[in-house]
Parts: sequence; C-alpha cells; structure tokens
Amino acid sequence: MGLDISKIRGLFPVLHQEVHGKPLVYFDNAATTQKPQVVIDALTKYYATDNSNIHRGAHALADRATRYFEDTREGIQRFINAREAAEVIFTKGTTESINLVSSAFGRKFVEKGDEIIISTMEHHANIVPWQMLCEEKGAILKVIPINEDGEIIFTEFEKLLTPKTKLVSIVHASNALGTINPVKKIIDAAHSIGAKVLLDGAQSANHLQIDVQDLDCDFFVFSAHKLYGPTGLGILYGKRDIFESMPPYQGGGEMIKEVTFEKTTFNEIPFKFEAGTPNIADVIAFKAAIDFINDLGKDEIRAHEDELLSYANEQLTQIKGFIPVGTAKEKVSVLSFNINAMHPYDVGMMLDANGIAVRTGHHCTQPLMKRLGLEGTVRASFAVYNSKSEIDKLAEGVSRIARIKNK
Amino acid sequence: MSSIEEVQDEIVSEFEILGDDKESTIYYIMELGGSLEDFPDNERFEENTIKGCQSKVWLIADEKDGKVHFNADSNTDITKGLISLLLRVLNYRSPEEIINAKLDFVERIGMGSIIGSQRSNGFASMIKQIKLYALVFQTKQNA
Repeated sequence: MGLDISKIRGLFPVLHQEVHGKPLVYFDNAATTQKPQVVIDALTKYYATDNSNIHRGAHALADRATRYFEDTREGIQRFINAREAAEVIFTKGTTESINLVSSAFGRKFVEKGDEIIISTMEHHANIVPWQMLCEEKGAILKVIPINEDGEIIFTEFEKLLTPKTKLVSIVHASNALGTINPVKKIIDAAHSIGAKVLLDGAQSANHLQIDVQDLDCDFFVFSAHKLYGPTGLGILYGKRDIFESMPPYQGGGEMIKEVTFEKTTFNEIPFKFEAGTPNIADVIAFKAAIDFINDLGKDEIRAHEDELLSYANEQLTQIKGFIPVGTAKEKVSVLSFNINAMHPYDVGMMLDANGIAVRTGHHCTQPLMKRLGLEGTVRASFAVYNSKSEIDKLAEGVSRIARIKNK
Repeated sequence: MSSIEEVQDEIVSEFEILGDDKESTIYYIMELGGSLEDFPDNERFEENTIKGCQSKVWLIADEKDGKVHFNADSNTDITKGLISLLLRVLNYRSPEEIINAKLDFVERIGMGSIIGSQRSNGFASMIKQIKLYALVFQTKQNA
C-alpha cells in the first residue's frame, strides 16, 4: 500500500497557496521542508500551556516542559537507534553540531601534523570548521576526489588514510547532487586505522533509515528543519566514551556540576554540551515531526520519493537542452540540472514565475561546482508531500525555458 | 535625445502593458539584454566586475565630449536585461545628470517584486557603480 499523498498534502497548510497567480509547487525541500499542522500546533501548545525553563524549576510547568523536552531526546534516540538518550545533544543546527565537534574534539585530539579527511562534495559547513581547526593546529586537510557521476572514488580515499588521520568527516547524502556515499565502507576503513568518523546527515536523516549503532559512526549530525521540524534546532549524536573524553564546547549554566571561583566541575552528558537555556519550544515541537515521519514509515516515504525522482528523470531527460548534474547510482530525492547555455539563476526565476520553487546556485558547495566546471545548478528536491503532477509542471516549465534558448 | 524623465516614462509604460504576468515580464527583461553592445573580451576581468552582485556583471566607462559612455555585460540573461534598462536611462549623459538622476522607474515598475530581494541588492550595486563612475568623470572635468 502506497501513501495517500493528497491526504498528506492536506496536513501542510503552507502548500495550499498561489505564487504569482499559479499554485505553489514546492521543490526546495533539501533547503528546508514545510511543516505539518501537528508541528505548528505543538509549538503553539507549548507557548500557550507549558512554557517554562527546564531542568531546574521546582514547579509543575517546569516539570512538564522538562518531561516533554526529554521525550524528544528519547524520540531521537529511537529514531537513529542510539544506545542511550544521553548520546543525543541539541544544537542550533547541523552547522553548529559540526562546529561543536571541531572545537571540542579538535581542541583535544588534533595536533600538529595530524590529518582530517573530507570529500569534494562537502557543504561549506563541513569544510570551513576543519580548515579553521587545521590552521589553528597546523593539521592537514585532505580531500577525497569524485568521479564524473558525482561519486567518491573509494580507492583514492583508502590511499588518503594514514596513521596520522584523526577524523574523517563526510556527507552521508550530498545536498547538491543527491549522491548517497558508501558510508559503512568508509567508516570501517577509517576505524581500521584508528580514525573517528563524523557523518553529515543533513540530507540523509529525512530520507534513509539511520541506525548509528549499525553504521558505527562516531558522530552523526542533522537539522530538525529538514525533517518537517522547526528551524534553529540541530542534533549531534556521539558515542558516550568519545563525548566524555571531550572538553565542553561553551561555558555557562546547565553544563556545570559545581562552580566556585577557583574551579568548575562539568555536568554529565548530554548537559555538558548544552550550555544555557536551550531551544525548548522547537525541541518539544520536533517530537511531533519525528512522530509524523514514524507514522508514515520511513521506508514508505523513501519509496515514494524514489518514485518521484525516477519519474522526474524520465520526464526531464526527454527535454532537449536538459543536462542532469550528478548521476550517481545511489541517490536521495535531489535532481540537480542545468539547461543548455542558461544561467541557473535565470532558470530559477522563470520557474518561480510559474509558481515552482527550486534552489539555484552553488548550494554552498563551491569546491564541488569548481570540480564539475559549473557556476551552479538548478536543484529540485522532493519530499513526501510532492506529487507526480507537480513534476509534470516542472517538466512543462523546463521544456518551455529550454525552447526559448534553442530558438 | 529624450530626457532622463522621458526615458523612464517610456519604460514604465512598457511594463504597464505587461501587467501582472510575471513570466512575460521576465522574458521581456531577458530580451532587453540583447540590446547591449558587444563587450570587449579583454575587459572581462575581476576589477571590472560589480561587487555585491550574485551573478557576474562587468561594467566599464569612458568619456566622450563631456558625456559618459558605459558598456556592460553579465553571465545571466536577466541581469543583462536589468543593466540594459539602466543604461537606456543613463548612457551618454553628463556626469552631473547621472549623479543627480532620480531613478523612480525602479519603484514605479515594482522592480523589487519582479526580481526579488537578492537581485534588488545587486541592482542597487549596479546603480551605485554607475554613479561612482560619473563622480570620477565629474572630478576629472573639474580638475
């Protein structure tokens, strides 16, 4: 039994509007997904009935808010199959999660001459923190090359691994191309020489079953807003023993056990890494998003999205002037492309005039674009509420734009 | 030669004909880009690009008989159209006219809602750069 897409669409109020006089077709899901009514309601309910600071208040509201907050942590633990809820840290987003690891893990474990490995297809958020760390420590950043289809070259990766490799930080699924990396193989190879692995799950957590124990990754990071949840909330999963060996990231309230002016002792994980009042409302509302995904079933969602991707490929490849970018065998529902001799900005704007929302540009992956010899691409990315008839509209729009240029 | 105000009125009435249809408006802007004169390849370097534009825009200027002559190009068709609109109003005018020009057509045609906020910032950068060139030529004339 497939999913009832029109029923699912009904749960997302934002989808039911016109843009420039045309019904909205929202294909910018890799940037952020829309929010179902249950998530919006959970936010409103928290502020209307439960608002309180958590973990310390000696009153009913604080107790309730704390319970809901920790419920989300447990929900995420189950969602990614972490061993325990304490291995789930709340941050501002994927970017902050990576920065937390580069600061706290990097400060302690990376030294002069050590090596960190990333890939050509990383988002700037998984490049710049490591560059900053390498500069500070005198460490070396190495980059796994990719082939023409946009897949990493595994044998080249193996050659980069040395006893000096401290960390491999790699994207699970590429935001610009959709490529799903062979992360299990990468993790095994990295572990065999004693390196740790961080997986950037910003584009995978929404589409793939995530089992951090089975993957055996040391860190896994993602953002709530790409999983039908609120903005401004990220997740950092890490193995307990590694977290415990890391110094805190920021100092403040919540992360301490005891403070005297002479010395401060730090709290246990997860609180050690959650200084200050956290983003309580969004954490609580994120639980509704996780439940929404679990209720539909991740495998069912993936099957629907895969079907959309292959349908989009079928429809668009027939159009003269359509150039797909990123043709990996394993992909999440991201379709990057260009139209012959047209700048992606122009294509994006013309699609927008037809009510179709896509992303255009370098997608925060400038080194990848440089490697592919492109200024940027047009990216259509699909979520559970998208339909084939919307893809027909995209194909119609692309075909019209391509015709002007081919005139 | 029509005055700056007259040219702006012309542009406004052309856009009025297009009405609210966003797609036709964009096609029209792209077509306008075709009217730009050829841009010399040897001038396509970093110093001649306008900072603050997401797409690449090259702009050069020289002076002839007290008037400023601009030549511009871009790697995107819409941006070419936008700069051609500006040059239609401001090309071959005295530095003083350019500096004092009130470009009210931008608001009158609702440029902000046609091109969105990011491109509007780029468009503002183009205007700034054109006026900056005019200022340089005015300073030279007065020297």
